Amino acid sequence: MPPALAIYAPIFPEIFLALAAMALLMYGVFGGDRESEVPGWLAVLILAATGALVLMQAPGAVQLFDGAVIVDDFARFMKLLILGGSGFALILSFDYLRDAKILKFEFPVIALLSTVGMMLMASANNLISLYMALELQSLALYVLCAFRRDSVLSAEAGLKYFVLGALSSGLLLYGCSLVYGFTGTMSFAGIASVLQTSGSNIGLVFGLVFILCGVAFKLSAVPFHMWTPDVYQGAPTPVTAFLAAAPKVAAFAMLIRLVEDAFPAVATDWKQIVIAVSVGSMLLGAFAAIGQTNIKRLMAYSSIGHVGYALVGIAAGTPEGVKGVMIYLAIYVVMTLGTFACILAMRRKGGHVEDIAELSGLSRHQPMLAFMLAMLLFSMAGIPPLAGFFAKYFVFTAAIQAGLFWLAVLGVLTSVVSTFYYLAIISKMYFQEPAANFEPMPGKLRFVLAVTGVITLFLFIPINLLVTAAEAAARSLF
Amino acid sequence: MTGWPILSTIIFLPLVGAFFILVLRGDDGAAIRNARYIALWTTIVTFVVSLLIWRDFDASTAAFQFVEKRDWIGGTITYHLGVDGISMLFVILTTFLMPLCILASWQSVESRVKEYMIAFLVLETLMIGVFCALDLIVFYLFFEGGLIPMFLIIGVWGGKRRVYASFKFFLYTLLGSVLMLLAIMAMYWQAGTTDIPTLLAFDFPPKMQTWLWVAFFASFAVKMPMWPVHTWLPDAHVEAPTAGSVILAGVLLKMGGYGFLRFSIPMFPLASADLAPLVYVLSVVAIIYTSMVAFAQEDIKKLIAYSSVAHMGFVTLGVFTLTAQGVQGGIFQMLSHGIVSAALFLCVGVIYDRMHTREISAYGGLADRMPLYAACFMVFTMANVGLPGTSGFIGEFLSLTGAFRINTWVALFATSGVILSAVYALWLYRRVIFGKLDKPSLAGILDLDAREIAVLAPLVLLTLLFGIYPKPVMDVTAVAVDKLIADYKQDLAAAMPPQLAAAEEK
Repeated sequence: MPPALAIYAPIFPEIFLALAAMALLMYGVFGGDRESEVPGWLAVLILAATGALVLMQAPGAVQLFDGAVIVDDFARFMKLLILGGSGFALILSFDYLRDAKILKFEFPVIALLSTVGMMLMASANNLISLYMALELQSLALYVLCAFRRDSVLSAEAGLKYFVLGALSSGLLLYGCSLVYGFTGTMSFAGIASVLQTSGSNIGLVFGLVFILCGVAFKLSAVPFHMWTPDVYQGAPTPVTAFLAAAPKVAAFAMLIRLVEDAFPAVATDWKQIVIAVSVGSMLLGAFAAIGQTNIKRLMAYSSIGHVGYALVGIAAGTPEGVKGVMIYLAIYVVMTLGTFACILAMRRKGGHVEDIAELSGLSRHQPMLAFMLAMLLFSMAGIPPLAGFFAKYFVFTAAIQAGLFWLAVLGVLTSVVSTFYYLAIISKMYFQEPAANFEPMPGKLRFVLAVTGVITLFLFIPINLLVTAAEAAARSLF
Repeated sequence: MTGWPILSTIIFLPLVGAFFILVLRGDDGAAIRNARYIALWTTIVTFVVSLLIWRDFDASTAAFQFVEKRDWIGGTITYHLGVDGISMLFVILTTFLMPLCILASWQSVESRVKEYMIAFLVLETLMIGVFCALDLIVFYLFFEGGLIPMFLIIGVWGGKRRVYASFKFFLYTLLGSVLMLLAIMAMYWQAGTTDIPTLLAFDFPPKMQTWLWVAFFASFAVKMPMWPVHTWLPDAHVEAPTAGSVILAGVLLKMGGYGFLRFSIPMFPLASADLAPLVYVLSVVAIIYTSMVAFAQEDIKKLIAYSSVAHMGFVTLGVFTLTAQGVQGGIFQMLSHGIVSAALFLCVGVIYDRMHTREISAYGGLADRMPLYAACFMVFTMANVGLPGTSGFIGEFLSLTGAFRINTWVALFATSGVILSAVYALWLYRRVIFGKLDKPSLAGILDLDAREIAVLAPLVLLTLLFGIYPKPVMDVTAVAVDKLIADYKQDLAAAMPPQLAAAEEK
């Protein structure tokens, strides 16, 4: 390898992924068969290869492009999560897309490009690279949401997401410009050192608030959550799965690096905001989901709640808290993908169904599917010994350590409320008389469900591996 | 200490059985029969193995025995197991009741038998784990994990209002427990570990003790259950299948009392001393009020459920007197109640299987056609009342003795509960067993068959044995209880001097 290239080695995974996406595009355009699974599988392979590239990197932090991009243990941890989330979401998509007659090669290509954006979000180390990465990710997602363009719901979801997403990008950009104006620098380290010496001022706080508003949009945190239920419901289900998993990880990665690296000096300012957003999300996620009848909408509110819990870890603002968020995200991605595999399996002769009532008596027809979904839901509710318990454990324990007692109390109380609607689904499946059976579950969904289900059930045995990895990754930020 | 990890063996043996049932193919009669036999043999073997613990148990030391310790999370949270005189008997109680539960469900559970047996075996694993855990996180895992199988047992195999009852059970218990979880986290940051033996020796600051005590109390009071958070219990009991009620009354309720003994008192002694009067009041209210409520019930199971709340009142009362008699009595009362109330629910199950109703008014004069049943029911009713010579007497008597040493008024009111319990229990017995057998539906009712005798006989024997000769139980618990009290007194004394010194200066 020529030495001029070797210095870019830390960013090779992203470069590889981008080039491969373009190559896949060429293959799609010039390769004959239009309705084929081949591009999709190639995309999964590409993601796996990218993951391998990330894994092969040596530990330690490297800055590139004059500090615009940083590759450290934290970024690597998040990137692996993103790649895993994207890959499994792609595997979930094939059968649905074929049923909906939209099995097109553009889908995996756009998903790959979005993944490039997400990976860069985890590595962004100044405001410009942050914004570019975020937009690459978002633009690709808007298209994916509207991918089923013959469906009014899907088009509406895409449009809604686009308009609100553009608005939030505008807010973010405005915040960035304010911060730049008041600190005179774009780089996170530069901002941090300016704040260290000069302290906070009102203009900067304005900028910070705008930036956090923009990020809260991407996270679908209260009060910027309004788009979530509609987009989750309207978007094609595999896109919803995609949307619920990897982009959340990327947005959290971006947020954590931003507040911990650029704004540690004004921690009291952003902590207030994060706490307020977290409280709102936990409450809304718990209470608004109770009345839902559509399972995708319910998952939207559930994801809002999960974002609230994960934010508790950020509000703690300690290495322990960041570690908690990372563990939370890892487990959340697994649970979400597993649940969406189950939702995608809700299929009858006439197509997919989304009403929770359709799950009635599922335990009679498909005991394994019902059992796995029940365990995933118990896990989301945070019942031990399932994986979701550890997710909540580590964020709340960080909150307790940071002295945020009432936040932790509120968190566990809302988690009890949210348990109610998870139980309601389980009760439908187990306690009620069977409705008509679903079509047999396709093999790919089975595979995803098996992997995620096994992780959810048995994570308590090797949990230490995840904790150690997250701890090492969190340490690279402090 | 032998090298064989016997506690892990007992904990995970039921899971092995559950696995075998899981891999059984088919839903025909043979598969169902196999599932029943696998469950029965698994529980019997588990019970026999658990007896080895009792055999090898050294009653002369208060230290934890059969200790196992493995790294788990980050070096501070370990997979740590062990039993002492307080917990060992609860393990035996659990393993003892399980085969009876499986037998009691032999015919009454006809739908989804495989799932039923799996749920019970998983539940057994989790229950034993609760009593063996020596790390707070491990404890919490087992403690909360038990909600899942019990939720399904009530909800799938329960009665008419099973969905309501299962939700109430789950959410009530969870609500109390999450506060305990936060307390556990706070203890972790304070003491740097979740290891129970280490925490037992750790002194928490007095103010913090109060908060921690309240958080633990929220969990255990619901589980126990104490008045006024007992309302989930009657619903859960009434709707649960017979074996579910047995486990609920026999084992799950004991986790609350066990929690008080294992955590609240030794870890937060100052808070326990301060807040003991609160516990007395709640206990006495529970004893008197729920006894009266029990009297008004028309449903047999509901009546027994309320009587359970009243009896648990004696346990909390005895335990928080923090006298040797009171604590011993509380433990004994828990074990005795585990046998007696389990037996009573099994008795209800016997006639429910035949008549499919639990209305008291649907019965009457059963003594004519079911003499054996009447005799068994008599023994358990008397034990429930606390007649001398039955196991119920020993526990209540000791608890009340302890209470008398602390506060005569508390003892007075609590003792009146014994009379009330006689009122409702004998009234129930009279209405179900005596009188004229004039209801046509009862004309063809049959007495106990061999299976039911096999279920009830060991319970009758134990009720009488422990009533007449409680020494085996007392011997096991004595040293551990003495140490508990001694540590408690020592902690109190250690906290006293500054205040006393200040008082003397004035």
